Amino acid sequence: MTVILGQTFTGISIGAVLLLIALGLSLTFGQMNVINMAHGEFIMAGAYTTYVLQKSISSAGISLLVALPVAFLVSGALGALLEWLLIRRLYLRPLDTLLVTWGVSLMLQQLARDIFGAPNVQTRAPDVLTGNITVIGGDDPLTFANSRLFILGLAVAAVVVLSLTLRLTSLGRRIRAVVQNRDLAEVSGISTSTVDRTAFFIGSGLAGVAGVALTLVGPIGPTMGTNVIIDAFLVIVVGGIGQLKGTVIVAFVLGVLQSVLEYSTTVSVAKVLVLVAIVAFLQWRPQGLYTLRTRSLV
Amino acid sequence: MNLLTGRSARAWAGFAGAAVLLFAVAPLALSDFRLGLLAKYLCTAMVAVGVCLAWGRGGLLTLGQGVFFGLGGYAMAMHLKIADAGPGNLPDFMQLYGTATELPWWWKPFENPLFALAATVLLPMAVAALLGLFIFRRRVKGAYFAILSQALAAALAIWLIGQQATTGGTNGLTDIQGFFGYSLDDPVNQRMVYFVIAAALLLLIVIARQLINSRYGELLVAVRDSEERVRFLGYDPANVKLVAYVVAAGMAGLAGALFVPAVGIISPALIGIVPSIEFVIGAAVGGRASLVGAVLGAVAVAWAKTALSEEFPAAWTYFQGLLFIVALAFLPGGLASLAVLVRRRKATTEKKPTVVPVGEAA
Repeated sequence: MTVILGQTFTGISIGAVLLLIALGLSLTFGQMNVINMAHGEFIMAGAYTTYVLQKSISSAGISLLVALPVAFLVSGALGALLEWLLIRRLYLRPLDTLLVTWGVSLMLQQLARDIFGAPNVQTRAPDVLTGNITVIGGDDPLTFANSRLFILGLAVAAVVVLSLTLRLTSLGRRIRAVVQNRDLAEVSGISTSTVDRTAFFIGSGLAGVAGVALTLVGPIGPTMGTNVIIDAFLVIVVGGIGQLKGTVIVAFVLGVLQSVLEYSTTVSVAKVLVLVAIVAFLQWRPQGLYTLRTRSLV
Repeated sequence: MNLLTGRSARAWAGFAGAAVLLFAVAPLALSDFRLGLLAKYLCTAMVAVGVCLAWGRGGLLTLGQGVFFGLGGYAMAMHLKIADAGPGNLPDFMQLYGTATELPWWWKPFENPLFALAATVLLPMAVAALLGLFIFRRRVKGAYFAILSQALAAALAIWLIGQQATTGGTNGLTDIQGFFGYSLDDPVNQRMVYFVIAAALLLLIVIARQLINSRYGELLVAVRDSEERVRFLGYDPANVKLVAYVVAAGMAGLAGALFVPAVGIISPALIGIVPSIEFVIGAAVGGRASLVGAVLGAVAVAWAKTALSEEFPAAWTYFQGLLFIVALAFLPGGLASLAVLVRRRKATTEKKPTVVPVGEAA
């Protein structure tokens, strides 16, 4: 019983990390239809921001709290810059955005290598987050890592803030209007280019927050973005493009699936099986779990 | 057929020129070492021929060509490793780890040279057919397809690394000595491998050209440009796309198979996400829709990589990224479209010879 609960919690915590990474993508890929391969490098930027801040702030707890907003701003600014320099020229060619941003991601990785060196670096987790919480005591104890719980909380908070922003604020209304009908939004007085850039800023900023979270579970290195970005894209594809609800559900389902398969096979076999499961799922729902019903033939 | 008129004549003349370059000029002008490098680049160009077909013509951005390259490469390397070890012996790395006492069951068929040779092309094609069937039937396309194909490349590389005892793990299959009885240490035999690769590349170009110029080729472009209209005309776009994807996979498989004797190694690092995207880069820079552009682009980018990364590894990465950005954001047709632009510019300036725009006079 504890084994099942333990694996499930591991799965949920994998899912929380996936969700944090995929959340920014659900805005830039899902809503804006831009396949930003440099998203992984924005995550890396968030992680290195945490590393730099910890160098100058002695308390690990305070530096982590400061890192969250600062990483959001740093990665968000990078995203807005990328949008302004390149992506706004490519809105009608989504597949080319994929390849162009891959070029950007190569350059950002090399930049990180030149600034911070090729070897991975590590941050200290604050004392509060290093321990475990014992849920079931006794001979066969069930413990949850505090850092994992923190990431779970962070993921939930990020989803709530993002969905409230999209639903309730005037910025959210403008973003949704542009996504649904760009031309009509434009003639209604919405500056679509400003909205594009703002949405890109938020989506990329969320990548920075995910980067801060990742420093709690693994090392920081120039290629850390590449390792996680594919999984995040798969979450969006399976969840349904532009569907926050789908992203949330699928992130946790894939996390639990991965964790359960890893337990019964090996990490590498589990990865392959998850991919097979995804292809099989797309047979049933080719447009992902949730789709906007449209009359479009596509 | 009108083999000797107009465009076709020019194409055959270009083809003959390329054959002379590859078979006469290059072996005479280049040292054994440089010729070996060229053989490696030509393997990349073979993948690019498939990319030109699937992506340039069919609009299928496949970011997983490394998978098929790897399947072909591993099929060939497995046979060569078994042959190197001699009858009854295990390949060296299996003895080293001591985990396997006999050949794993899925290695056994590769003892047979004919099976292994057929598998280098047919195995990638079969995998592509299976995957393509699942993906195209359900109209999964565009970005979805690109991401799934990329995930496949990641999954295969991770799986190969995980199966250390039977696949050589991260190291891959290394130190391949012989090629069907010929020692690869001998420069003469290396030259032979080069000629085989050059001949294979020319063969693939002919196949791709015939496909592109056929009715099927027109259908493929039609599917790329407007899938729904093709469907309404009574064709099944899924089948059209499937053929391009499968043929491209076979080409990548053959390239991988010939890469092994040319370089002597196949490993997960050569087939994962990064190399899979690099296969696309060359074709994109040269011109994804033009066979000549894709092939020359692939060779040029592979050459630039060797030339630059030896001297300045950091600079190469910046240059590679920049190349990608410039080629795709500002020159979507690749360098091949420059030729068309120049031709057009010439045509317009010939009409108005007195007007030469400032700064554009060259």
